Amino acid sequence: MKLAYYPGCSLSTTGIEYNMSTLAVARTLGLDLWEIPEWNCCGASSAHLTNHLLALALPARNLAIAEEAGLDVAVPCAACFARFKATEAAVKDSAETRATIEEVIGRKYEAKYTVKSLLDVFVNTVGLSQIKTLVNRPLEGLKVAPYYGCLLVRPHKITQFDDPEDPVTIDQIMSAIGAEPVYWGYKTECCGAAHPTVVPEVGLKMLKSIYQGARDAGADCIVTACPLCLTNLDMRQKEVGEQNNTQYNLPVFYFTELVGLALGHDPHTLGIDKHFVDALAFLKNKGFLNPVQNRRDSE
Amino acid sequence: MLKNLEEVRVFMERINLTPGLAQAKPIRDSLKEHCGTDVGRCYQCGKCTAGCPVAFAMDYTPREIVRLLQLGLKEEALKSKTIWLCATCDTCSTRCPREVEPAKLMEGLRQEAKAKGLVADKRLDLFNDLFLQLVEKYGRVHEMGLILKFNLLSAQPLKDAGHGPGMFLKGKINPLPHTIKDNGEVKQIFARVRALGGEGK
Amino acid sequence: MKRVGVFICHCGTNIAHTVDCEKVAKTAAEFPHVVFSTDYKYMCSEPGQMVIKNAIKEHKLDRIVVASCSPRMHEPTFRKCMESAGLNPYLMEMANIREHCSWVHPDKEKGTEKAIDLVKMAVAKVVKNTPLTRSSIPIHKRALVIGGGIAGIQAALDIADAGYVVDIVEKEPSIGGRMAQVDKTFPTLDCSACILTPKMVDAAQHPNINLVTYSEIEKVEGYVGNFEVTIRHKARSVDVSKCTGCGTCWEKCPTKVASEFELGLGTRKAIYTPFPQAVPNKPVIDRDNCRYFKTGKCMVCQKLCPTGAVDYTQEDQLETIRYGAIVVATGFDLFDHSVYGEYGYGKYPDVITGLQFERLINASGPTAGKIKRPSDHKEPKTIVFIKCVGSRDEAKGKPYCSKTCCMYTAKHATLVKEKIKDSQAIVFYMDVRTPGKNYEEFYQRAVDEYGVQYVRGRVSKIYQKGDKLIVKGEDTLLGKQVEVEADMVVLATAMVARSDAGDLARKVGFSYDQHDFFTEAHPKLRPVETHTAGVYLAGACQGPKDIPDSVSQASAAAAKVCGLLSKNEMATEPIISAVNESICSGCGLCISICPYKAIDLKTITERVHGKMLERQVAAVNSGLCQGCGACTVACRSSALNLRGFTNEQILAEVDALCL
Repeated sequence: MKLAYYPGCSLSTTGIEYNMSTLAVARTLGLDLWEIPEWNCCGASSAHLTNHLLALALPARNLAIAEEAGLDVAVPCAACFARFKATEAAVKDSAETRATIEEVIGRKYEAKYTVKSLLDVFVNTVGLSQIKTLVNRPLEGLKVAPYYGCLLVRPHKITQFDDPEDPVTIDQIMSAIGAEPVYWGYKTECCGAAHPTVVPEVGLKMLKSIYQGARDAGADCIVTACPLCLTNLDMRQKEVGEQNNTQYNLPVFYFTELVGLALGHDPHTLGIDKHFVDALAFLKNKGFLNPVQNRRDSE
Repeated sequence: MLKNLEEVRVFMERINLTPGLAQAKPIRDSLKEHCGTDVGRCYQCGKCTAGCPVAFAMDYTPREIVRLLQLGLKEEALKSKTIWLCATCDTCSTRCPREVEPAKLMEGLRQEAKAKGLVADKRLDLFNDLFLQLVEKYGRVHEMGLILKFNLLSAQPLKDAGHGPGMFLKGKINPLPHTIKDNGEVKQIFARVRALGGEGK
Repeated sequence: MKRVGVFICHCGTNIAHTVDCEKVAKTAAEFPHVVFSTDYKYMCSEPGQMVIKNAIKEHKLDRIVVASCSPRMHEPTFRKCMESAGLNPYLMEMANIREHCSWVHPDKEKGTEKAIDLVKMAVAKVVKNTPLTRSSIPIHKRALVIGGGIAGIQAALDIADAGYVVDIVEKEPSIGGRMAQVDKTFPTLDCSACILTPKMVDAAQHPNINLVTYSEIEKVEGYVGNFEVTIRHKARSVDVSKCTGCGTCWEKCPTKVASEFELGLGTRKAIYTPFPQAVPNKPVIDRDNCRYFKTGKCMVCQKLCPTGAVDYTQEDQLETIRYGAIVVATGFDLFDHSVYGEYGYGKYPDVITGLQFERLINASGPTAGKIKRPSDHKEPKTIVFIKCVGSRDEAKGKPYCSKTCCMYTAKHATLVKEKIKDSQAIVFYMDVRTPGKNYEEFYQRAVDEYGVQYVRGRVSKIYQKGDKLIVKGEDTLLGKQVEVEADMVVLATAMVARSDAGDLARKVGFSYDQHDFFTEAHPKLRPVETHTAGVYLAGACQGPKDIPDSVSQASAAAAKVCGLLSKNEMATEPIISAVNESICSGCGLCISICPYKAIDLKTITERVHGKMLERQVAAVNSGLCQGCGACTVACRSSALNLRGFTNEQILAEVDALCL
C-alpha cells in the first residue's frame, strides 16, 4: 500500500519522535510512505486565523504535488490534517474556489485523491486485525488515556473518519496492541494549541484539567496523535504540576510509539527517549522494555 | 467620604440599545456573508459557553458575544479579549443546536478587529504574524525558533528558556532554520494572496 | 341567453384599499352576458346577501359571479344564498380578488387591472356552468378507533355512550398506552393508573365497545360512511375465551426478557401481560423469545394452564369490517437520545429518559417505587434534569417544542424532593413554558416549596467520573460556566411520531407532516378532522400533547363521529370526475394516477355494427373521488372531465384572459 506522506514542520522538530516511530511502524505494517518532495508548511492555525485564502493555498500546493503522483495522502499531524481536509473540502465544494487556489499556487489541484489521518490509515487501511497479528510485545496492563484533541474530529463534516464526541480509533488501536484504554471525559477537550506558549495564564489551566481528568480516570499515561497536543501535554506537565503542588507523572506518547513498542521495535528507534516526562523509565518500570523475540529493528 | 465616592468603579453601565438596534440587521447580514453564520438564529441557550474550554478566561462568554452582535453592539465584540482567546477548537460549533457556528464567527471577528486596529490581546496576534513570516521566508516553520522569537518580542525573553536545553539535547531543536530548497513557489503564494486581498471564499 | 350578475365585495378596506371596486363593477357590466353588476362593502353580510337575492329576482339572473375572498372562506355562504334565491348553487363562481390580488399587490392601479381580469375570467367560466346536483351515500353506523391509549379510550367511550358500536384496535396486548406507563399526573399529582384504569375497565365492559387488542390495521378501503377495514389479529397463542388471566403461565415461564413496558428497566416473561392492570388481563406469547417456539421444547405454560388456553398452533387472522368513521389515536414515541454524543450516546446507565423515570417512581415499576439508579441500585441524591433533549434542536433532533416536558420535569423534580428528603434536584432549561390551568402555579410550587433549582442553559456535556456523572452547563443568567456532580441525569426527550406513523397514514389515506405527525384539516378551525372525510384525529399522533389536551381532542373527535353517524346518509360534493364512456379507451392510466383509489374499470356492453360487444371503461366512485382532477390531466383521450371544472370551462377562462 503506497501513500503520499506529509510529515509537516512539527515532525522534523518538536515532534521528531512521531516521524521516527511512524516510519519504523509503517515498514512493519507494509505501508510504503512516499514523502512529498519539497513540501511546505500547511500554515496551521496561524494562516487559518488570519487569512482564509492563504489557509487554503498553503496545503493545496502539497496536495497538488501528491495528486501529480496519483496518491492518497497520509497526514500524521492533526493540525496539518485539519488544514488539508479543509482545503480538500473547499476545492470539492466550489469550482470557483478551486480556480482561485490553482491560480495562487500555480499548479493544478482537483482533489481527486483523499487526505487521510494516519490514525484512519492504521484502522481502516491497514486494519486492526493486521496490527493485532503483528504484535509480539502486547502492552498488557498499560492503562492509557486516549487523547484526540480537537482537530482530528472537528468539524465532523470535514474530518469524518471518527466520532466528534466519542472517537474510538486510538482506543481500538490500543486494545489491538494489548493496552487498556480508560474511559474519560477529556478525549476531545482542547489542549490550548498555542495558548500554553502565547497566553500561558490561560493555556496552562486548560492543560491542568486534562491531566486531572486522566489521573481521575486511573490512566498511567496519555496517548495522542497530535504533535502540538503532545508538546503541550509533555513539555508543560512539570510546570503545571508545580503550580498546583503536585506531580502528574503521566508520560505522553504518540500512538505510533506504543504500536512500535508492541510490534517489537527498540524504543530508541521510535524516539521514546525524546520526551520530557521520562517515558523510558516508565516503560521499563512496567516491564515493557525487556527484550523480545523477533525484534523488528533488524528487518 | 468624597474620596471613597471617586473610587467607585462603574462595572455595568446601562447600554442605550437604540443606536445599536438600527445596526443589528446590517451586522447580521454582513456576518452571514463573511462568516457564513447567522447570529439571528441563536436562542441564547449557552451550550457553546457550557462546553468552551477557554470561557473561564474570556471577558464575554461566546454566547454573550453572539448576544452583543444580535443587539448591534459589534464594536464591543471586536474589542473583546474573547475573540482572541478562542482556541478554534470548534466544540461550540459541533454542539450548537441552532447550527450557528460561533467558532467561525470568532474567526471573522478577529480578522475584522485586526483590520480596524482593535486587537485586544496583542500576543496571539503577534504569534500568528511571526508564524506566517517564517513560512513565507523559509517555506517551513522552525517551531522552537518561533517560540523564542515570540518570547523576545512579547517582552518575556526568559519565559520558556528552561525548555530550550532539553529540546536541544533531545534533538528537537535544530540550530539551523528548516527550509525547502527553492522557496520561490511559497513566496509566490503569499504574494498572490496579497494581490487578491486575502479574500476568496 | 344567459343572464349573469356580478357582485364586487370591498371586504371593508381589505380589498378596497388596493382595488377600485366601483371601477371593477362598472367594467364588468360591459362583459358579455352580464346584465347586472354592482359593488358592496361586505358581500358576505346579511344585507350583502340581500343585494344578491334582490338582484337575482329583479334582473332575472340565472347565474352569478362574486368577486371577494378565497372560496375556502365563503363559497358555502354564497351557494346557500343561491339556493335560497331558487337557483342551482353551482351556477355561481367566485373570483378571489383578496388573497390573489389586494393582499399581495401594493399598487392600486395594477391591482384594479388584475381584479378586472379575474372577474372577466370568472364570468367566462360561469357562462359555461351547468347545474350540478349532490348525491348521497349511506352511512354505516359503526366506528373504528385505532389506538387504545387514553385518547382512543376516551373517543370510544364517548361514541359508545352516544349509542354507536365502536371497535378499539390496539397493537399491544393491552389497552392503556403511554398513560399506563406514567406514575403521577400534573398539575394535581394524582396517580395516573388510578384515573386511567377505571376508564380501561369502562371500555372493556361497555356493551357498545369491542376491544380488539394485539391487532393491527392491514388495509383500509372505501370512503366516508363506508370504510372497509381489514384487521390483522396477531396470533396470541392464547385462547382468550378459555383464559381466566390466573397468571400461572407467566409465573412459571422460564424465559425472562427486557420489558418494553418498563423501557428496559425491568423484565417480563416470554408469555406475559405488559403490566398488572392490563385490559384484557390475558397474556400473549412473544414467539421471538419463547423457548418452545425457538427450540420446540419447554411447553411449561401449556402444561400448567388450568383451562387449556395456551394454543401454540394459532395463526394470524385477517378480518374485514365495515365502518362509517375512523378515529386515529396512535399516540407518540420518544426521541432516541443516543444521537447525543455529548450526553454519552445513550451508553451511560444512569442517564435515563423522563418516561423511564416514571417507571422508577411507580409503585408497580421495577423498583417498586423507590428511586434507585439503574447502575448500582443506589438511591441518587443529586439528580439533574435536562429539558429540550431532541426538542428545539434542529442540529440533532426536532425543531418543535414537545409541549409536555416543562410540566413533567417540574413534576419529576417535585417527586424527587418529596421522596428523597436530602436530595438536590437541578433542572437545566432554556425556557419554562407553562400555559395551562394551574400549570404555572405547579411549577412555582416546585421552585418555592420544594426547592427545585432551575438553571437557565443547555447542558454541553455529560461524562462519567467514577460513580458520578459530571454535567457541564452555563448559567446563562450569570454568564458563568457551571458544573454539577450528579448521581443520575433525566433527559426530557422529545415526543416524536410513531415510527410507523407514515405507513398508517398511507394505509388509511390521509396526510402527515414532515415530522410524521398527522395533519389536521385546519390548524384552528378543523383541528380534529383530516383532509379525508370520515377520518378524525385524537391525541399525540397529531402533535405533542399532554393528557388533558389528548382527552379534549378525543371527545371532540367523538362528537364529530357522532355527528356523522347520526345521519342515515350524507350528501356528496358533485364536483367530481365523470367519464365519457363513448371515448374512454379503458387504458387504465387514470387508475394508477388517482390518489384516492376512486377509479376502477368496469365492463360495458355496446352495440357496434349491429353486434353486442363488451369492453372495459373507467368508472369513478362518487364516494371516493375528491375532485382533485389528476385523472383529467392524465387521460389521453380526454374522456375524463371534472364537473364544475370542465375543460371547456377552463379554456373559456384562458380565452377570456388571453384573447
